[in-house]
Amino acid sequence: MMVLPRRAFVLMAAAGVVLPAGVRAKPGEVEALIRAVAGGGVVRAGRVRLAVPELVENGNAVGISVGAEVPAGAVLTDIHVFADGNPRPGVAHFRFGRLSGGGKVATRIRLATSQTVHAVAVFADGSCWHDSVSVLVTLSACLDD
Amino acid sequence: MVRPLLNVPREVRAGVAFEVRILIQHAMETGFRRDAMGMVVAQDIINRFECAVDGEEVFSATLHPAISANPYLAFSARLGRSGTMVLRWVDDRGGEGREEVSISVS
Repeated sequence: MMVLPRRAFVLMAAAGVVLPAGVRAKPGEVEALIRAVAGGGVVRAGRVRLAVPELVENGNAVGISVGAEVPAGAVLTDIHVFADGNPRPGVAHFRFGRLSGGGKVATRIRLATSQTVHAVAVFADGSCWHDSVSVLVTLSACLDD
Repeated sequence: MVRPLLNVPREVRAGVAFEVRILIQHAMETGFRRDAMGMVVAQDIINRFECAVDGEEVFSATLHPAISANPYLAFSARLGRSGTMVLRWVDDRGGEGREEVSISVS
């Protein structure tokens, strides 16, 4: 076991209780990201469905799935996922190629606190669709241990 | 890298979508955690995942620290003819993983 000089230990302990800056994404950051994804176009509701449990016991692994409804003739190219209560709001960016079997993707994410999770689907014609779910997290994903 | 748990059917029907599921063992260090000495543990996550069949893209993902440890991804593919599916991923330290599956289409 390593022996810490008492002064260093006290300083570290003091630093540990101070929350690091930027523990939560800045207000408006997710909105700005969604606008950037849309490239100035209109973001509409519908065509994309985000499934996240509304009550989460453990924020370290939250199963989510995003499904886009792709009408005949339309081509889904991207799905973006954002979480507005995480230190960094970006979660994932999925791209769907020509051999994709439809606009479905599932993964597991970390949620630092109770917040809103957003999904944006982008189609080849440039149209953007948005869905969001508010999630209550009882045990947060650990940021510092 | 440790081999992942990969679930891909070896035989599929032409034009019928099927699911691909993968679970990769990786700590996915967020870069926000501190060790016992109070030092920040450097971020080390799988930041990129790609799936293609004979060079043609099926699905790809750019991942951020908000993806859980031991990342799990499920997506779907639809093939017209037999081919080799290649799944590749890289982490922040340059570690790479790769899996190949031959899929026969009938």
